[in-house]
Amino acid sequence: MLYFSVPLGKLVRRVSRLRGGGSALPGLVVEKIDPGFMQRTLATLPLGVAVVSGTNGKTTTTKMVVELLESQGLKVFTNRTGSNFTRGVAAALLGEVDWRGRLNADIAVLELDEAHAVHFVNKVPPRYCLLLNVLRDQLDRFGEIDKTAELLQHIAAKTTGTVVLNREDPRVARIADTLGEGTANAPQVRYFGLDDSLLSTFPNDDELRAAPGSPVPAAPPKPAADVVLRRVGADDADFEYDGATVSTHMLLRGVYNIFNAAAALTLARAIGGRDGAAADNGRLLTALARVAPAFGRGESLVVDGLPLDLVLVKNPSGFRLGLKSFPAAGYATMIAINDNYADGRDMSWLWDVEFDTLRDGGVDQLSGSRAYDMALRLQYDDVAIGAVDTEIAPALAAFIRGAKDKPKRIFCTYTAMLAIRRELSKITTVEVVS
Amino acid sequence: MTPASPETPDGLSFGHELPPADSPAPGKGTIRVLQLYPRDMNIYGDWGNALVLAQRLRWHGYTPELLEYNVGDEFPDGVDLIVGGGGQDSGQLVIQDDLLTRGPLLKDLADDGLPMLVICGLYQLFGKFFKTRTGAVIPGIGVLDVETHGTDERLIGNVSVSSPEFGTVLGYENHSGQTTLGPDVTPLGTTAKGTGNNSSDGQEGARYRNVVASYLHGSLLPKNPALADFLIQTAVERKYGSFTPGAPDDTYAVLAREHAARRPR
Ligand SMILES: [Zn+2]
Repeated sequence: MLYFSVPLGKLVRRVSRLRGGGSALPGLVVEKIDPGFMQRTLATLPLGVAVVSGTNGKTTTTKMVVELLESQGLKVFTNRTGSNFTRGVAAALLGEVDWRGRLNADIAVLELDEAHAVHFVNKVPPRYCLLLNVLRDQLDRFGEIDKTAELLQHIAAKTTGTVVLNREDPRVARIADTLGEGTANAPQVRYFGLDDSLLSTFPNDDELRAAPGSPVPAAPPKPAADVVLRRVGADDADFEYDGATVSTHMLLRGVYNIFNAAAALTLARAIGGRDGAAADNGRLLTALARVAPAFGRGESLVVDGLPLDLVLVKNPSGFRLGLKSFPAAGYATMIAINDNYADGRDMSWLWDVEFDTLRDGGVDQLSGSRAYDMALRLQYDDVAIGAVDTEIAPALAAFIRGAKDKPKRIFCTYTAMLAIRRELSKITTVEVVS
Repeated sequence: MTPASPETPDGLSFGHELPPADSPAPGKGTIRVLQLYPRDMNIYGDWGNALVLAQRLRWHGYTPELLEYNVGDEFPDGVDLIVGGGGQDSGQLVIQDDLLTRGPLLKDLADDGLPMLVICGLYQLFGKFFKTRTGAVIPGIGVLDVETHGTDERLIGNVSVSSPEFGTVLGYENHSGQTTLGPDVTPLGTTAKGTGNNSSDGQEGARYRNVVASYLHGSLLPKNPALADFLIQTAVERKYGSFTPGAPDDTYAVLAREHAARRPR
């Protein structure tokens, strides 16, 4: 069966490329003239669709899953998340299918924003899903954390094969109870987990809310996890699975990134290799060691011969984890806070983060549309502030000039990071964002 | 006595902590600030309000004592100031019964002039009742002569309020309950930007004796030092008869207000 929409969509894609346009237009065209295109194309994949969702770490985790599966010899289709998810996937598919509409891939691994989750999984029930966490994020869009948990639960309910859950996040782990375990159509459940000694570095949202000394509600006994992160070193980590502990070198930095590696490993092990083969452990570990962070999530660039780390912060737990994962000693620090829609409009979240770890060295530079909200927050935590400039370009230039002989670190919200990367690309090589 | 923070293996705590005081206890006296239900009603940076009260007390030369009251706790004695925050539906369900048992006590304290700040969820529960969209009625403790009705409409965005007492009050709202005021309370102010109590009368918040109630989230006090100092001054005068202010540096607060006021709804 030959669909007219594919050649036409591909043509629009070429034309819009020539005109320097984005990816949405061809997706829109195909969506309009052939609404079943995405669904039909994804349905041809022998291993189906795997979706990765949760509030923090989706992009890096999706990248890890893709690289782990590729290490097993699988051909993987994946997406970059965009403003319109379905349209973005349709556009990306157009780039990959042949003129007959066939996709040359074994599996699709898709990063699914909570906002688009329900719409997508209703159209395309995934065979696998990986649900990372439910943290305070984008509250002004969804209203409530519990609602986010419901969205993730809906993804799990639509999953036909295996659901991979974060054992340490009660709102995610609890989803298992809703899947009708033991009944005919229930998906399999697998968990990824943390060693008790690392638990304190991962506040779930209930703990985040508790003040010091208030007892954390007693946790129910934990289920066994397929993969447990046992230890995180300076550039290596220990994972336990199949009854043994393996150490591996890691390019990834930051405890939360490495916990997401345990998540990716669990999903990759559930999927396995081609034709039902079990995953090859040696190859998985080699791939894991090589995974580099995705765009902006704890990424290191070089400026004046010294590292400049960009750490994306978008909610209280992410900011806390960022501060904890990247110790301030020896680094010059800048913080850039914007309040555009993609950053979250409400600045209340800054007050849920403790900045005591920056007290010794202070913060050299503040920037972004809400730089003074950040300054006020630091003042109340007794953290010294160097300079404040709401304009990102001059603030960044002053920061780089002022800390010439020091490695640098910038904590920034999403749109502030885009602006910083744009500026940095003028002076250093920055990975192109598509 | 601020409770000790839970120890974590590498010595860092994820609970909120007051920065260490930099001088030995200033001599003007001690003010006990009680956080109401911080475990369950603290979703949008409510810690900011407690932190601002504690730090400004220090900057005014007083010693803050930060206490908390959670479900099932014994209610502490000698409280001088109460601050309570917002929560999501699940948090409100958890505290509801406990709050009703503490209702008469809180009402007596409010009638007696104890300064209190209640935000969003606790604002609603300090009223007479909350009627949900399905018609279920959740009783409040009646400290405030207000009633709240659940709606399908979520009121979200930056807010600017003109208050006769505190000047321009700036903040952010995010709620679907709509509140109307009875004759025993006055509004905190009228909205110049944003919605406030409900989508019809242009009023925001409620005032009764020394109780300030508002939908402006979580960290309302940092950018509104006039409001913070009203609560502090009232608490100090009530306990010690008079208040001698210090000189907090509000340069960043002033600039943060200027920039926030220019942001779109
Ligand atoms: Zn609210």
